[in-house]
Amino acid sequence: MTAVTTTTAPVVAKTGRRVGLGPARYFLRRLGFYAVATWVALTLNFLIPRLMPGDPASALVMQMQQKQALSSEQVAGIYRLFGKPGEPLWDQYATYVGQVLHFDFGISVAYYPTPVWEVIRTGLPWTIGLVGLTAVLAFVLGTAAGVVCGSRVGSRFDSIATPAAMFLGSLPYFWVALLLLMAFGAQLGWLPLGGGYDGDLVPSFNGPFLASVVSHGILPALTVVLSSVGGWLVGMRNMMVTTVSEDYVLLARAKGLSKGRVMFQYAARNAVLPSVAGFALTIGTVVSGQLLVEIVFAYPGVGYLLYQAVTNVDYPLMQALFLNVSLSVLAANFLADSVYGLIDPRARETRS
Amino acid sequence: MTPPRLRLPENRKVRAGLAVLALFVAVALFGPYVVEGLLGLSPSDIHTTDAMQGPSGTHPLGTTATGEDVLAQVVAGARISLLVGLVAGTVTTVLSVLVGVTGGYLGGRTDSLLTAITNVSLVIPGMPLLIIIASYAQGRGGWLAVALIIGLTAWPWGARQKRAQTLSLRHRDFVTAAEMTGESRWGVITREIVPSLAPIISVSFLGAVVGSMFADAGLSFIGLGNINTTSWGSMLYWAQNGSALSRGAWWWFVPPGACIALVGLAAGLVNFGMDEISNPRMRRPGRRARRLAAAAAQGARGTARPATTNPHPRTNP
Repeated sequence: MTAVTTTTAPVVAKTGRRVGLGPARYFLRRLGFYAVATWVALTLNFLIPRLMPGDPASALVMQMQQKQALSSEQVAGIYRLFGKPGEPLWDQYATYVGQVLHFDFGISVAYYPTPVWEVIRTGLPWTIGLVGLTAVLAFVLGTAAGVVCGSRVGSRFDSIATPAAMFLGSLPYFWVALLLLMAFGAQLGWLPLGGGYDGDLVPSFNGPFLASVVSHGILPALTVVLSSVGGWLVGMRNMMVTTVSEDYVLLARAKGLSKGRVMFQYAARNAVLPSVAGFALTIGTVVSGQLLVEIVFAYPGVGYLLYQAVTNVDYPLMQALFLNVSLSVLAANFLADSVYGLIDPRARETRS
Repeated sequence: MTPPRLRLPENRKVRAGLAVLALFVAVALFGPYVVEGLLGLSPSDIHTTDAMQGPSGTHPLGTTATGEDVLAQVVAGARISLLVGLVAGTVTTVLSVLVGVTGGYLGGRTDSLLTAITNVSLVIPGMPLLIIIASYAQGRGGWLAVALIIGLTAWPWGARQKRAQTLSLRHRDFVTAAEMTGESRWGVITREIVPSLAPIISVSFLGAVVGSMFADAGLSFIGLGNINTTSWGSMLYWAQNGSALSRGAWWWFVPPGACIALVGLAAGLVNFGMDEISNPRMRRPGRRARRLAAAAAQGARGTARPATTNPHPRTNP
């Protein structure tokens, strides 16, 4: 409880002074923010299992033993990861940070005796590849359609595309995945039912293998694009609606410029900025949705690994997956934020 | 402030959305009695003789692999799914209002701290966090625990939005006036700012309810949460595990998903309609406005170009 009466004084300073940061300082600030976020993710990952009542490691061992036999080596590994009973929390934390820095996440139970990090390393490229592709594709398609819709509200395209986008956006990702899989995989048989590539092929960079990767990726990618394109369309449309009534757009029209040029090169360039700014924040949502989609398609990414970890009560794998997914999302966020800071000087402006 | 009056907005999208939501609430409240009493179908009765059957007279939506009636399960599932959504949505909304409005109104160090917490929580992906917490909860506490976990992880989006809205209200005259009359800060927040944000809060509550239902369905789908209580999510889990897909049993997994989708769509309609109400540019002009605009364009023709302020002079002759 500080300063009760000085409510008006800081106000002037607040609205009156705007500080523009150079790209370097903006970059450093974001780096600081993501460093804090990384620490929070790291600590959450440490604390969540330890919030369980009693002695978490013993409880986990007991629960895992109900499902499968554990070797004494595995039991020791679990105590090493989740803390020996009675060991002070600080010591456990120090050990934990040391383990994470060495990518030592213990031995997987579901994929025994592979180390957890090896398991995750096989899944990450699949998920990163698919998320990267679908996130960008959905953004480009949705934004372009949003420009067309927003430049003429009530046109035929708008009155079909906008409700359709809203409809698609309100469907659960994994249910769309089930429907597509049933239609194109099970009924029509056009596309494979699951997996990341044809099991008969040896992974290598040759034609048949890449073709099988593509054919296995079509349905998962289509699902994520269909489910996330609507948000971009509606967001862009609503921004366009506001932007097209700006004076500079009117001026561009008055100059007799072609309609397409006015919409895409004048209005859309400004209207797209909030979407670009929001891109970073949606990465987490897309990843969350994709984890479930991967489960439906048995796609060999981290979502499917997470499912395996959950069904096999593989706590070491689960913990490490949470940490790795969170850190990857944070890294992607940082990248998107940095790009935005470079293209829009206003993003670097802070009110202080 | 006078207490807010309850009246339905004129907007057709809002009304349609609210009607669908009301229908689902009615199904959740009374559906199980109707289905059991009138049709004699129970969600847990096992009919081994006609397991995995498509829709028929006795089982309007078919049966599961163990021979339970899908329609009865969908109706019974509505109750748990909506309950989880409502509780989690309430927790989310209360937290986001507390954090967002407090930060936005108080400003200064409190705001910086709350904003930092919000932003950090925002960038940590929600679903993995939810999965990890739920897997340690191991179904303890039933649906309520799941609802609370969802509510506790879903608030940052709303907090951010409410902080922005509070900032725009912060220096309005009515807030200053309340401060002048010696209203406490808590009083200004609860009696001035929150009531003014009521429309935004109610729309975001709806969004939070739907988001929570999605999260609940997702959790159940991977086998966490309450797979042994009948909900739309657990139905999808059992359908997936009973290989409904490869056996072509669409009637098993299409209805629960469609219900989730319908609720989502209804909330989307309300949200979209509210946007149209608050920003008239979003909506297609009314018939009268279009006629007037067309007439004006007719009059203006021959001078230079058709009036630029009128985006579609000749729709609907």
